Amino acid sequence: MIDQAIFRPVVPAAAKRPRLWHWREPSILPGFPLGLGITLLYLSLIVVIPLAALAIRPWELGLSGFWRVLTDERVLRAFRLSFGLSILAALLNAPLGLLIAWSLTRYQFPGRRILDALVDLPFALPTAVAGIALTTIYAPNGPIGALAAKFGIKTAYSPLGIFIALVFIGLPFVVRAIQPVLQEVDREVEEAAQTLGASSFQKAFLVILPAIAPALLSGVSLAFARAVGEYGSVVFIAGNMPFKTEIAPLLIVIKLEQYDYAGAAAVGVGMLLISFAALIVFNAAQILLARKGRA
Amino acid sequence: MSSSPGSSSIRMPGIAPLLVFASIAAMVLLVVGPLAIVFTEAFSKGLSRFFLEIREPDAVAAIRLTLLVAAISVPLNAVFGIAAAWTVAKFEFRGKSLLLTIIDLPFSISPVVSGLVWVLLFGAQGWFGEWLIDHDVKIIFATTGLVLATVLVTLPFVARELIPLMQDQGSDEESAAITLGADGFTTFWKITIPNIKWALLYGVLLCNARAMGEFGAVSVVSGHIRGMTTTLPLHVEVLYNDYDFVGAFAAASLLASLGLVTLVVKTALEWRHAGELSATRRH
Repeated sequence: MIDQAIFRPVVPAAAKRPRLWHWREPSILPGFPLGLGITLLYLSLIVVIPLAALAIRPWELGLSGFWRVLTDERVLRAFRLSFGLSILAALLNAPLGLLIAWSLTRYQFPGRRILDALVDLPFALPTAVAGIALTTIYAPNGPIGALAAKFGIKTAYSPLGIFIALVFIGLPFVVRAIQPVLQEVDREVEEAAQTLGASSFQKAFLVILPAIAPALLSGVSLAFARAVGEYGSVVFIAGNMPFKTEIAPLLIVIKLEQYDYAGAAAVGVGMLLISFAALIVFNAAQILLARKGRA
Repeated sequence: MSSSPGSSSIRMPGIAPLLVFASIAAMVLLVVGPLAIVFTEAFSKGLSRFFLEIREPDAVAAIRLTLLVAAISVPLNAVFGIAAAWTVAKFEFRGKSLLLTIIDLPFSISPVVSGLVWVLLFGAQGWFGEWLIDHDVKIIFATTGLVLATVLVTLPFVARELIPLMQDQGSDEESAAITLGADGFTTFWKITIPNIKWALLYGVLLCNARAMGEFGAVSVVSGHIRGMTTTLPLHVEVLYNDYDFVGAFAAASLLASLGLVTLVVKTALEWRHAGELSATRRH
């Protein structure tokens, strides 16, 4: 990813220079003040100030009011639904993404390139379009929804419908995270395993899985992060019944419609805090796995 | 994306057909199915009905508004992306990783929150709400709000394509040009831009697709005033909630076509200009 190895320590320049500390290394290239100026101004106006408004707003309720919003039964249920289903969907995306990435990198078959390009479709298809399309397919009178209804399973307008939409939206993250790693898994390690007489399945599970585990985990965490905030592809299929199929982002919209700005901001801040906590856990697990893989 | 399957790697040939079949089945069911149903529903009442739906005044207004919002947001984020990439990739300074984290931030917040923040600033009860009402300036429930929400959601796209590429390229070529007496603008125009043009196009392409298809963020600031503040994705929602399914899917089919064109151009760029895109795009 981008953040790695970017922040190099500033090396003290030649002894002639009296300054020991400087905040940027000298360069003969022009345009630093202009570039940094545009970047900082734009980021402040578009990202930093608006997010500051979000962070400050809930406090007009006081700490207790803030807490009351977040522990309200309806909000708690929505959080549980959003975060629970997002984790489940990301977990299903792991084997599903592995299967598709494996087929794309290890086998030659007609239509492989098309299938490869189609993996990005959930990125490319606007979320509202995906939302109404999934709803039509899984509604009680839709092609798959009707089939499921025969077995007494309710797909659209139930948590299962939300789950399906979240699997759809998360799939590309997992496939694209593990595809390059799967292609690069150390040939020597694989061949060594082969020489030592490991069976295909032993090789697959004991050699390849540990090698791709960090990438897989990173893909799963990206899919999770996307799923938690997802709105367009979920609101249509969810049914939006309070306490039952109401997702957290929808609660923000509902509170805004009631002009409860502070409440909406409180839910937004709550969502961000839980997401960041989850991502820290994912990152820690990823670092652990990477260390284990190298040892 | 074009490299062929490895030769000496583990492949489990015995169950290959099974795995390939399962992959195709999963993709068709989960991904291709929704795409197909958009077009079958859009044309379910015939071609003439389809054209009637997309030439209806509200639909035309929605298409215009979507194009307008993208035409403002995408160039803004492209200029920002170039400026940020130049600063981050060509210079060493303190606080760079913090800057990169902030650039990536919009990708990790919910689109609904990206709309909410503008309401908190400019809504009737927002920080600047009263001042705006006194001076009769409308931002929320107006085009400006739609642009702000779209700009926030799509901010990282161009920067994220350019930064890794320009870091890989380093600044040797530019330094040589400057040393030989070229001025900064000439160096940027004749050396940097040709080096990054395909990655820039790639970033603009993804940025544009998201800008035109954005739903959650614009839905919060739009107010859903028909023919006035409904972009094409919001128009889809309005029609769908009115049980006008043919109309909703006709409008949705335009957006799906945009997605497909984006996918084709993106794939073509990845095949033809792999070496000139950021390393993560060279499959």
